[in-house]
Amino acid sequence: MKQLDGHIPPGPLKEKWTTYRSTMPLVAPNNKLRLDIIVVGTGLAGASAAASLAELGYNVKVFTFHDSPRRAHSIAAQGGINAAKNYKNDGDSVWRLFYDTIKGGDYRSREANVYRLAEVSANIIDQAVAQGVPFAREYGGYLDNRSFGGVQVKRTFYARGQTGQQLLLGAYQALSRQVSLGKVELYHRHEMLDVVLVDGKARGIIARNLLTGELERHAAHAVVLATGGYGNVFYLSTNAMNSNVTAAWRAVRRGAYMANPCFTQIHPTCIPQSGEYQSKLTLMSESLRNDGRVWVPKKVEDAEAIRKGLKTALDIPEEDRDYYLERMYPAFGNLVPRDVASRAAKRVCDEGRGVSPTGKAVFLDFATAIERYGQSKAHAFGIHQPDAATIRRLGEQVVEEKYGNLFEMYEKITGENPYKVPMKIYPAVHYTMGGLWVDYNLQTNIPGLFAIGECNFSDHGANRLGASALMQGLADGYFVLPYTIGVFLSNEIRTPRIATDLPEFEQTEQEVRTRLESLMQIGGSQSVESFHRRLGKIMWEYCGMARNAEGLRKGIQLIRELRKAFYKDVFIPGSMDEFNPELEKAHRVADFLELGELMCIDALHRNESCGGHFREEYQTEDGEALRNDEEYAYVAAWEWTDINQDPVLHKEPLVFENVELKTRSYK
Amino acid sequence: MKLTLKVWRQQGPNDKGGFATYQVEANEHMSFLEMLDVLNQQLIEKKEEPVAFDHDCREGICGACSMVINGQPHGPMQKTTTCQLHMRHFKDGDTIYIEPFRAQAFPVVKDLVVDRSAFDRIIQAGGYISVDTGQAQDGNAILIPKETASEAFDAATCIGCGACVAACPNASAMLFVSAKISHLALLPQGKIEASRRVQRMVKQMDEEGFGRCSNVTACEAECPKGISVSHIARMNREFLKSVFGAPEAV
Ligand SMILES: Cc1cc2nc3c(=O)[nH]c(=O)nc-3n(C[C@H](O)[C@H](O)[C@H](O)COP(=O)(O)OP(=O)(O)OC[C@H]3O[C@@H](n4cnc5c(N)ncnc54)[C@H](O)[C@@H]3O)c2cc1C
Ligand code: SF4
Ligand code: FES
Repeated sequence: MKQLDGHIPPGPLKEKWTTYRSTMPLVAPNNKLRLDIIVVGTGLAGASAAASLAELGYNVKVFTFHDSPRRAHSIAAQGGINAAKNYKNDGDSVWRLFYDTIKGGDYRSREANVYRLAEVSANIIDQAVAQGVPFAREYGGYLDNRSFGGVQVKRTFYARGQTGQQLLLGAYQALSRQVSLGKVELYHRHEMLDVVLVDGKARGIIARNLLTGELERHAAHAVVLATGGYGNVFYLSTNAMNSNVTAAWRAVRRGAYMANPCFTQIHPTCIPQSGEYQSKLTLMSESLRNDGRVWVPKKVEDAEAIRKGLKTALDIPEEDRDYYLERMYPAFGNLVPRDVASRAAKRVCDEGRGVSPTGKAVFLDFATAIERYGQSKAHAFGIHQPDAATIRRLGEQVVEEKYGNLFEMYEKITGENPYKVPMKIYPAVHYTMGGLWVDYNLQTNIPGLFAIGECNFSDHGANRLGASALMQGLADGYFVLPYTIGVFLSNEIRTPRIATDLPEFEQTEQEVRTRLESLMQIGGSQSVESFHRRLGKIMWEYCGMARNAEGLRKGIQLIRELRKAFYKDVFIPGSMDEFNPELEKAHRVADFLELGELMCIDALHRNESCGGHFREEYQTEDGEALRNDEEYAYVAAWEWTDINQDPVLHKEPLVFENVELKTRSYK
Repeated sequence: MKLTLKVWRQQGPNDKGGFATYQVEANEHMSFLEMLDVLNQQLIEKKEEPVAFDHDCREGICGACSMVINGQPHGPMQKTTTCQLHMRHFKDGDTIYIEPFRAQAFPVVKDLVVDRSAFDRIIQAGGYISVDTGQAQDGNAILIPKETASEAFDAATCIGCGACVAACPNASAMLFVSAKISHLALLPQGKIEASRRVQRMVKQMDEEGFGRCSNVTACEAECPKGISVSHIARMNREFLKSVFGAPEAV
């Protein structure tokens, strides 16, 4: 075991980034023109980084497996993006955003990184506005804000329920501009299948042209991975269907460390699963908890009647409803952090009070909000003593303005009208806090290999707060990496352009080819999909919302068996020299089958509960997570060894100099 | 429900392609793509090649899914992408025709997958505001009336799916292009480059081989995001302004 060094600059927290940025080595403009950078991924992190690096003068090659950079999974983010602007004059500040994020992450993230994130958050909003991102505005023309879970200020900026789309289009347009200026070369429908190391430094990638199946070599002075999260290891998640871990996992197989892989976020408000054929789960944005009230019936009999279709939500009188979040957490109410809200939902459903036929759903009810908004709008229109119908109509208008597209989406999927009956929701896998280990420069332990956005582990500890992933992805891409990559590149100005005929490229390409060939040659009888589904079930059952040592051991066993079965009996149609989506999937699932095991190993080793990692053995009397700061206040970074050997654990101790470690309380 | 599917199968861009017939068992809660997943599992079990189609978010936002269902891009429901279309809108015994988006500028890759990179090249030609990272002033320094922000937003919700092109008898990309022109021209930040932008984007659109607009407005009817043809009118105004106003070297 090694003790890992995060390379956190010295000095007081509030001055670290400014001082570091002002004194770090720079790459002169004429030298930048001679340096090449590969960016893999065009989500918020990748697109913003590629555009910013090209603006600085570097030569950038950017890769995406999608048919267009604009389709990256970031496009689907709904609710909003945080920034410490304090436009609402409600006591927000860089410090408060920092503190909320550290606390929300249950004290398992680095102080210095999180403080820097909070510092640059405000610049992101400015940049996005300048790009033409149409954020919501108030009547006076000023930017509007709303609240998200785990905080008591309004600091979330939004563009209706499509904030991710608008921010990504802003970054995509900035990227497109650099493509037109010839500073970025864009490779779409290209999937990175390996990273190439030369003398221990990342110097390129092997990518498969998905249209032709051809393997290509691409070289650069540094490689940046911005390839998103791995929530799809659970098969069912809110992630886009094609999100996967391959890029990050291939880096791990080349020596990069995977940090805290078991830290998974289960989002409390998703549309419940309705059948076995289901391919994915749909998120209902956390912003809905601003106005929606979560409840289940107090009595099990009522819940049973609802499940059987004998009663509806509207038949349950007010006094028989249990608004359990408001009851258990009066200070934050419906806006407790995600991990807390998800566990509470599981608990009431386990008690037999779930409200869908499967018993796995709770209500999210907008009746109170519609009433309140209706009253206030009627008042604003000067309608005295409005009748109930008028109040409802006006209230529904306001709710539609705020959440129209989400309500529409809900109705399309479920066939029920959420303006009239409460939504039914249940937790689902949503985000992965774990990821590639990076230091303060966002560099992995492999020199020249950087990781940004959801694919690194950096800022969210054991639980991410809502609207903070967009903030982190764009902070990394626009305002952090463009500086910190210079620390590495300033030592490379004499390195000539890297040639792709080096033996290292030859060999890595050959290894990729062999891997693909051996997958094609299995020629078994079961579909890739069927393995992925089975893996997902194992992960959800044993490494999901609640975990315990016995279950995790069983999970590991089952994954190993499934992996053996996969290599014996998977069937991939077609050939590897053509457009072949099944082969793409097979390669991704093969990597998930290895990652899943590591997640269980990590969860098993962490004998505490923190944030999204809830070990049943470690809980307080009232069922809250019980941390163990004495023994586990560290980042667990895992080194891959061999498929038949256990990975090696390296620790980066987390030092808290500015905040006091406390039991998280939202009561 | 039992369905008969007539699915367009085409090995590659140079293959002629044709319809193949399949039977599939679906239920009303499935999405259209989940119904196709079921078909593909059947095909794989028989060791046949599954039907290739583009998809990703399955939430109607990424713009990847793209197919013509019974003659309509994204199928029969208004303002609904294929991935958001549910089988409850079909009935037992239906025969469903499924084809790729067809347009000269969108060559078929395989089966239902087409190449829409022409859209990216149009955006690259000018669909942006020229601002480098770090140049921006405070977000609230640019005041934008709520209505203007909201109108710009409506235009900006285009998902770049290409249904407008597939719906148009001339395979025109006017709705897509005008949505971006409108989004940026409405905002004060975007006005400065407005004439250069419209000229470049229109030129690129023509070069990609998209057809002319003859006011059929099928694009608006089929657009899953309800992008209005009024943006085409604004784009035409912007274009005329750019030609008769101060000329720009393109
Ligand atoms: C439904 C939903 C709603 C959300 N809402 C919010 C919200 O309101 N606020 C918030 O802050 N966060 C939200 N999140 C989280 C947030 O959207 C993501 O964490 C964030 O967008 C991730 O961005 P990224 O740039 O890191 O990766 P992604 O956007 O996932 O992009 C990954 C990119 O990498 C490419 N790629 C991956 N692997 C390879 C490979 N091997 N070769 C080539 N290219 C590759 C892909 O093509 C893609 O371009 C939401 C997430 C979901 C699922
Ligand atoms: S205008 Fe509508 S139909 Fe055309 S690309 Fe945009 S969203 Fe699709
Ligand atoms: S799959 Fe994303 S819009 Fe249909």
